[in-house]
Amino acid sequence: MIRVEQLYKSFGPKPVLQGVNLEILDGETLTVIGGSGCGKSVLIKHLVGLLRPERGQIMVDGVDITRLTEQELTKVQGRFGYLFQGGALFDSLTVGENVAFGIRHLKPMPQFLLERRVSETLAMVGLSGVEPLKPAALSGGMRKRVGLARAIAYAPRYILYDEPTTGLDPIMADVINELILDLQRRLKTTAIVVTHDMKSAYKVSNRLAMLYEGRIIQVGSPEEIQHTTNPVVRQFITGSSVGPIKVPMAGPMSGKSQ
Amino acid sequence: MKEGVRSVVEPPLRWLGERFLTLAEALGQVTKLFRQTITWLYKVEARNVMAQMVEIGVRSFPVTSLTSLFTGMVLALQTGFSFRKVFNEPLYIGSVVGLSLVKELGPVLTAVVVAGRVGASIAAELGTMKVTEQLDALYTLGTHPVRYLAVPRFIACVTMVPLLTVYADSIGVLGGFFVAFVRHGVPSSVFWDEIRLIKLHECYHGLIKSIAFAVIIVVTACYKGFTCGEGAEGVGRATTSAVVVSMVLILVSDYFLSAALVALGIGR
Repeated sequence: MIRVEQLYKSFGPKPVLQGVNLEILDGETLTVIGGSGCGKSVLIKHLVGLLRPERGQIMVDGVDITRLTEQELTKVQGRFGYLFQGGALFDSLTVGENVAFGIRHLKPMPQFLLERRVSETLAMVGLSGVEPLKPAALSGGMRKRVGLARAIAYAPRYILYDEPTTGLDPIMADVINELILDLQRRLKTTAIVVTHDMKSAYKVSNRLAMLYEGRIIQVGSPEEIQHTTNPVVRQFITGSSVGPIKVPMAGPMSGKSQ
Repeated sequence: MKEGVRSVVEPPLRWLGERFLTLAEALGQVTKLFRQTITWLYKVEARNVMAQMVEIGVRSFPVTSLTSLFTGMVLALQTGFSFRKVFNEPLYIGSVVGLSLVKELGPVLTAVVVAGRVGASIAAELGTMKVTEQLDALYTLGTHPVRYLAVPRFIACVTMVPLLTVYADSIGVLGGFFVAFVRHGVPSSVFWDEIRLIKLHECYHGLIKSIAFAVIIVVTACYKGFTCGEGAEGVGRATTSAVVVSMVLILVSDYFLSAALVALGIGR
């Protein structure tokens, strides 16, 4: 289980997280929703130790990871798989080497088992036989799927998805959503998804949490979120430009909010 | 009155203070990067080191050859003309070409060429990896970027730059011999006798400096890559900055290193 308590983070003078409290239960898929630049990615980067908070605790399986040294943190990072927004595949390595990378460094195994695991994992995301290709030869959707294969190859306990459907066409976005659901059923992992794609959020989540102005303002099931009375959440999920959420405007309207 | 003085004095002092803090922070980060690199020297994958040796060393051979060949040639040409003017014959071309190359031009020119070719490439590659979140991906896959990326480049640079320097010295001397023999009519035995007079400690002088330059190039390039700003603009700035800073540091440190080595009796 992951528990985030009173998490604060600023970049320079700009506060991003201002006391985030969140609990992620074992086996569930929790989606963090919120507008662009509200700190969703910053939040999940804290969960895996990529960013250090100014204040607050992040308890992963009972251990506060904000107090760990870099070396101790590496062991905790082995429990997480991370799908980056753009895939973040290593350009200099082949697809096969990319998928094998985490296994080599986190859970080493004999070469023949490693090769089998890589093929099986790529097959799970529907990409058999692409091991020798370089990432530059792949489409956006394929890169995401290889990124996903790399994230799950070493059987992590938690999978973090950073904007898994952003930049994909609707069909490919649905393919990724189905993959998330399928992996959830097969691997029984705990998943944390960060997105502003509401269709995807409703489809893959057991619970949703809305991040707004550095705090989690509502947590609930997809049905509860859909029928919320909170005006901020309501405005966000309906995608309306009219409401309490401040929208920065360019040009003559600059500085005003709607 | 006091307010007036304050408004004049405060802005430049604030500017100076901010620059000083930025410099102090950068020095701290570079020291940390260097310490981490040294700590992980023994934990490096041989395959990565070999790949970097090919990239840094082998692929720098053509440009190093051209640079050192023509440097040796022009050195012999100018020395011949100058000494002919003073002594009425082209004396000491072998000594001048040999000592200049071995002690000074060989290490400095090789380092400048490597800084331009390899330093830029390292900063651009690491910078691109940073902006595309590949460095973050390394962390999440249980690998520290310094260990996986900086250490192999460090080992490759520190071994290949001195080797390239020895190669550049040799090619430069050959170029110098060609001009001395063909253009100034210096007998080959005279030229090579002068080259043979170069002492081993004079060669060490150049080699020690080339190792120091290699450290400057690789640490600067890795630091600039790891701390690169956002987007294509950030990568561009990091690349330019890595080359400019390395070259300036090479030329400035060259004086102090030479002075220190001569004081220690190496290459006096």
